[in-house]
Amino acid sequence: MAKEKKTLNLNFGPQHPAAHGVLRLILQLDGEVVEKADPHIGLLHRGTEKLIENKTYIQAVPYFDRLDYVAPMNQEHAFALAIEKILKIEVPSRAKYIRVIFCEIGRILSHILNVTTQAMDVGALTPTLWGFEEREKLMGFYERVSGSRLHANYFRAGGVHKDLPTGLDSDISEFCEKFPKIIDDLETLLTDNRIFKQRNVDIGIVTKQDALDYSFSGVMLRGSGVAWDLRRSQPYDCYDDLEFKIPIGKNGDCYDRYLCRIEEMRESVKIIKQCLKNIPKGPIKTEDGKISPPQKKELKQSMEALIHHFKLFTEGYRVKKDEIYTAVEAPKGEFGVYLISDGSSKPYKCKIRAPGFAHLQAMDYLIKGHMLADVPAVLGSMDIVFGEVDR
Amino acid sequence: MKNLEDLEKFINSELASKINNSFIKHDNIYLSIDHNELIEVITFLKTNNETKFRQLVEITAVDYPENENRFKMVYLLLSHEYNQRIIIDYSIKENEVISSITSIFPAANWMEREVFDMYGLNFKNHPDLRRILTDYGFQGHPLRKDFPLTGHNEVRFSEEQKKVIYEPVKLEQNYRNFDYESPWEGTKYIKEIKKS
Repeated sequence: MAKEKKTLNLNFGPQHPAAHGVLRLILQLDGEVVEKADPHIGLLHRGTEKLIENKTYIQAVPYFDRLDYVAPMNQEHAFALAIEKILKIEVPSRAKYIRVIFCEIGRILSHILNVTTQAMDVGALTPTLWGFEEREKLMGFYERVSGSRLHANYFRAGGVHKDLPTGLDSDISEFCEKFPKIIDDLETLLTDNRIFKQRNVDIGIVTKQDALDYSFSGVMLRGSGVAWDLRRSQPYDCYDDLEFKIPIGKNGDCYDRYLCRIEEMRESVKIIKQCLKNIPKGPIKTEDGKISPPQKKELKQSMEALIHHFKLFTEGYRVKKDEIYTAVEAPKGEFGVYLISDGSSKPYKCKIRAPGFAHLQAMDYLIKGHMLADVPAVLGSMDIVFGEVDR
Repeated sequence: MKNLEDLEKFINSELASKINNSFIKHDNIYLSIDHNELIEVITFLKTNNETKFRQLVEITAVDYPENENRFKMVYLLLSHEYNQRIIIDYSIKENEVISSITSIFPAANWMEREVFDMYGLNFKNHPDLRRILTDYGFQGHPLRKDFPLTGHNEVRFSEEQKKVIYEPVKLEQNYRNFDYESPWEGTKYIKEIKKS
């Protein structure tokens, strides 16, 4: 008589430190081998897209901070670019450089978090402590420029809200001098670490073809050897003028993705240095009074400016009827905004394309046949943040 | 085939009978098709050597309650080889069933589930059509324009029953939607002040 095969259903999450947020994963186990994974998402669904449809374009920006909350400004960037393209706004050169600096800071923020928590998921605590000290400094830069450590609300269509405060540029460049040493330190802890390698090498392998079929982007795609980075292939803002390399993996496993992230941090530091060196002087947002509010000084003198200011922050500027998709290379992959405007001051539809959504979808494919203990390793290397997956 | 215009011409000549309209805007190709032709068009764009749109970026729907064909389905594809994007759309009625493209792109699975969840559109040949983002046992389709922003139910922990309970939404104050729309156009006076 054939022995009946028994599988065990295991409920992983929704509250589990290795789930990186609120993921509920229903695992079907045969012994310790995962046969099927069914992620239940949406526990952090806040209806961002519905809310944006009911807010003016200026009011919609903070919602983007709350998507991928470890790299807030990268999301705002996509939204700002979408409006700029529809309205054909000329962005001053200084604003472009400031935006790129803060996008790269966002990239470092996100990659530090991912690399170190991935290490924590597989058993190493020290990298997290070292890495978070640096994140603290970077969030300090966020605070100095926007007034808030996390939810910046800093990018605007047509530029940024405020200019860099005095002394910030030299502090950022001081950070850039010291940070590569920290990356080296992290690497001494992890890159050749026996345990880290045993837990990550050859785990969660993605082939080139599957990476394309499953709509992977960012490091998930580059880790599998596809040379694709929107900063290079479809450059926006001043990425065209900057020199940087795009690290590419070979085997498409968790370890290669870790190496890609480490290298990307080094490249981000180079980008920030170049930006700080070349940043021109000048205005930081478009001078078109229809889009950017008048200066405080003018509000005190001119009645017209006061009316204008009032109208901009109540009715908001209008965006002509159009339909557009813009994407940026966020730390986690291609973050896109598909915007439909109808000529009023509120978006008719704003679909947010989050990279993590497509990555998490492939969980079943990635984990099939692996051991239960590999689930956190694969989840960690996918770089999932539930703010953007659930929207 | 690097040039956008050439690519558009090529797609038009190959798929002539299936395309209703096509144009180039914001460096993307926009393609309107008939909804019965979806599978053929997507398969062609993915497999043809001159197009190679091998990555599905997003699937979404747009709700136009006043139109006879209420929903517009939108598919965004990306070609890494030629560095081009294409946006495909078609209109359908509320009760029409859409062909799933999960057999062509496995990534379509969750994207179609999201459209089903948010707009209540049905897909045929979808392997696992369940709600995805909303709560277990949720009623309604949030992104439809006739769904209220506040929703229908709210959740709280009841001390009496010692469990989380669902109640109809009670608002202390109605959602205030001011009508600011005015013929105001904005002016250029701010620049003039600067010059003087």
